[in-house]
Amino acid sequence: MAESPASVPILEVRDLHKAYGKVKAVEGISFSVREGSCFGILGPNGAGKTTAIEVVETIHEPDSGTILYRGERVASSFKENIGIQFQDTSLQEFLTVRETLELFSKLYPAPRPLDEIVAACSLEEFIDRDNRKLSGGQRQRMLLGIALVNDPDLLFLDEPTTGLDPHARRNFWRLVEGIKAQGKTVILTTHYMDEAEYLCDDIIVMDHGRIIESGRPRELLLKHFGEAVIRVPRAAVPAGAAFSCPSEAEEGFVAFTCADTDASLRELLAGGVDLSGISVERRNLDDLFLKLTGAGLD
Amino acid sequence: MGKFLAVFVARNLEFFRDRSTLIFNLVFPVVLIFGFAYAFPGGGGTTFKVGTIGSPPAAGSAADVAFLHYKHIQFVPYDSLRAPLDRLAHHQLDMVLDFEGLEYYVNEASSNGYVLERMLAPEGRAPAAAIFAKKTVSGAPIRYVDWFIPGIIGINIMFGSLSGVGFVIVRYRRNGVLKRFKATPLSAFEFVSAQVLSRFFIVAFLSLVIFAGTDLALHFRMAGSWALLALVNALAILCMIALGLVFSSRIKSEEVAGGIMNLITWPMMILSGVFFSLEGTPRAMQAASRAFPITYYIESSRAIMLDGAGFSRIAGDLGVLAAMTLVFLAAAAALFKWE
Repeated sequence: MAESPASVPILEVRDLHKAYGKVKAVEGISFSVREGSCFGILGPNGAGKTTAIEVVETIHEPDSGTILYRGERVASSFKENIGIQFQDTSLQEFLTVRETLELFSKLYPAPRPLDEIVAACSLEEFIDRDNRKLSGGQRQRMLLGIALVNDPDLLFLDEPTTGLDPHARRNFWRLVEGIKAQGKTVILTTHYMDEAEYLCDDIIVMDHGRIIESGRPRELLLKHFGEAVIRVPRAAVPAGAAFSCPSEAEEGFVAFTCADTDASLRELLAGGVDLSGISVERRNLDDLFLKLTGAGLD
Repeated sequence: MGKFLAVFVARNLEFFRDRSTLIFNLVFPVVLIFGFAYAFPGGGGTTFKVGTIGSPPAAGSAADVAFLHYKHIQFVPYDSLRAPLDRLAHHQLDMVLDFEGLEYYVNEASSNGYVLERMLAPEGRAPAAAIFAKKTVSGAPIRYVDWFIPGIIGINIMFGSLSGVGFVIVRYRRNGVLKRFKATPLSAFEFVSAQVLSRFFIVAFLSLVIFAGTDLALHFRMAGSWALLALVNALAILCMIALGLVFSSRIKSEEVAGGIMNLITWPMMILSGVFFSLEGTPRAMQAASRAFPITYYIESSRAIMLDGAGFSRIAGDLGVLAAMTLVFLAAAAALFKWE
């Protein structure tokens, strides 16, 4: 039976391989991206994230594998449906931001009105500035604007906030949220786990060219760590009390790893535990990444 | 000092490990030095220049006059009388000797011609006077600047086209501008065509400004058709841009591009008759000059400006320029890569 249009992923990648000489940059990755979602590709430097995303963008030819856009193999018109913000890019110099956007707008058959791009990316304050004289955050916003000139359904953002200060990063996240709210699909590679947790609905974790984990961030954290760790001062736990979630004695504390924080807190309270000195700690994707790859994200 | 040394060493390593750049930087000067040594084996400084038609007389024959063995006279062979007589009229040759017709030609207004005539046949005395009949041509000398201006414009076209297209595309490829364009529906053909047309306009405009601006003061000799000169210029610009496209079609390093550009431009500047005439240089060198598009440009523009040449006379040069343009464009189209 044919799949209904709603269930067809906007992008599906099957068994993608890409090598540069003897270096296997991408080794048989497969994933699918739901329309309207933000899909995160995480991984350390050299994991193959950028190669994978650039093969999917059709910037590079895959050695083998299949890329389906809305259930069909990608065609030459694919470039008209996608927007790309590269990790490193240069632009033609001596052009203002407006001229740069106009230049790229003219490369597409049905560009989005410039005013909408300017508003969506908050470019008003520097729209007539030379594109070489922008701050890091302003430059990323302009590059995002370029990626949006064709009003794409699918937007690729390759480490868009690397090098930005925390304030500029937060601003950029808000822009991406606004884009998601318009029903666009975003594929994002990032080093920053807080960024992935904040923006991504689904993630894959890559290492050495392979996908080593995939799923929704919260489900992955639950799968690997449970929902939270509740620490209670040892003196607050009545002697002989037993609880359903696993516990571990730490210096002066008892640490309960629980799947359902609310239920566990109720159980502790019912068991006579004094909750006044407790702390509740959630594991994050950074912890997950450390667990999966044995290395931090640098 | 430590930081300086670290950067200095790193830069040197970078250069010496980049084999392509290294080869171009080493091979090019060596080739140039040998080329000059071959082209100009003497000490330089020829005093007189005589054009000749036909084979030199056999040694010991009546026509093998002492004049033919004097030092400091350069004998430049020609196939027909037309070209050397034009040059004689413009004082670019001091005399023409026709071994077949046994005639000599001098320009009555040329002081060098007067001296040479006295050396060939002093006061009309035998034997030379009895062997070679005198003929004269007339014409005012052509200023060096009139002769030189097509070369200067040619150099401008060459550098403007090669660096403006070649270097820029290499830079775009290195810094990711090409990659950004590749991500759009823009085709390679559209991108390259836009670069070609943009540079054509720029180089044509600059050449016109340079020519017109200097002409206001120097009043260059213009014996031929402005339209024909414009056509030659347009073709030369297209040809040089196409050549720039070929060498920029794959290179990613600006240093390699610089080396290749030196390899192309320096021989063209020196061996295409920009600064001095190739007449009298070894035949192999003259043959080598035929490989450079700028040679055909300079020859045809000089013919138009100095001699008033019409279309038919320069059609050959135009044909070669057009053919070279097509070959370069085809090669560039086949070789071009975004990354």
